[in-house]
Amino acid sequence: MSIRTPIARARNHGSAKTGVHHWWMQRVTAIALVPLVIWFVVSLLSLVGAPHEAFTAWVANPLVAALLIALIVAAFYHGAIGMQVVWEDYIHGHLTRIVVDLVTKGVLTLLGLLAVISILRLAL
Amino acid sequence: MASDAQSAGSDGGQKPGTRAARPLSPHLQIWRVQITSFTSIMHRFTGMALAAGTLLLTYWLVAAAIGPEAYSAANGFIGSVIGVILLIGWAWSLFYHLINGIRHLVWDAGYGFELDTAAITGWIAIIGATVLTLIVFIIAWAL
Repeated sequence: MSIRTPIARARNHGSAKTGVHHWWMQRVTAIALVPLVIWFVVSLLSLVGAPHEAFTAWVANPLVAALLIALIVAAFYHGAIGMQVVWEDYIHGHLTRIVVDLVTKGVLTLLGLLAVISILRLAL
Repeated sequence: MASDAQSAGSDGGQKPGTRAARPLSPHLQIWRVQITSFTSIMHRFTGMALAAGTLLLTYWLVAAAIGPEAYSAANGFIGSVIGVILLIGWAWSLFYHLINGIRHLVWDAGYGFELDTAAITGWIAIIGATVLTLIVFIIAWAL
């Protein structure tokens, strides 16, 4: 979707790069995370002290696995672009900032993939 | 037009790489801590804590996928003194970031900017996160 003003579009002005995409995705993932986090916390409470079989049986439910993966993807994406803003604010060296940002995103991507693969392994 | 945008972006009229000695607005240490600034700082701080906490969440899921022994080892760590301290910090950060995040979304929609309202919703985030953390851990211990 475009949230540029009609006059900006008509004049063909606006961002030369990605514009408000970062800001917008931060909000989209935030909105998705509100119900997902509430569901996750309530579920965790029902799993306190659960043995391994009970936990794997819970993840094996397709709806649970789908919601868990949605939570992981939204949370890790939200965290990665959130940390990007923190680095942009506090790291003033251009190269250092890009390196730290890419390392953060790389680590969060790998952790997210590990989490998703673990969920799929229990669910499939 | 492109050159206009460029000169507005840098310190227009200055030599490249130099900066005009313009007055700076007072920074954090000049201002008295207010509920609005405190909640803003805490939102960023809890967000960073949650980003670090993804390590624990991933460890727990991977352990469950590996098998019963790895899963009970993970639960053993989570049940240890360090684990419980991390978990309490994680829970408070999660609840705070959740409530204050909703506060930010309401602001994005254009509501809640009155000083009284912003102060009240700020306290709701701090007290709400503390109450929810207490409730969750009381339920967890009772089970």
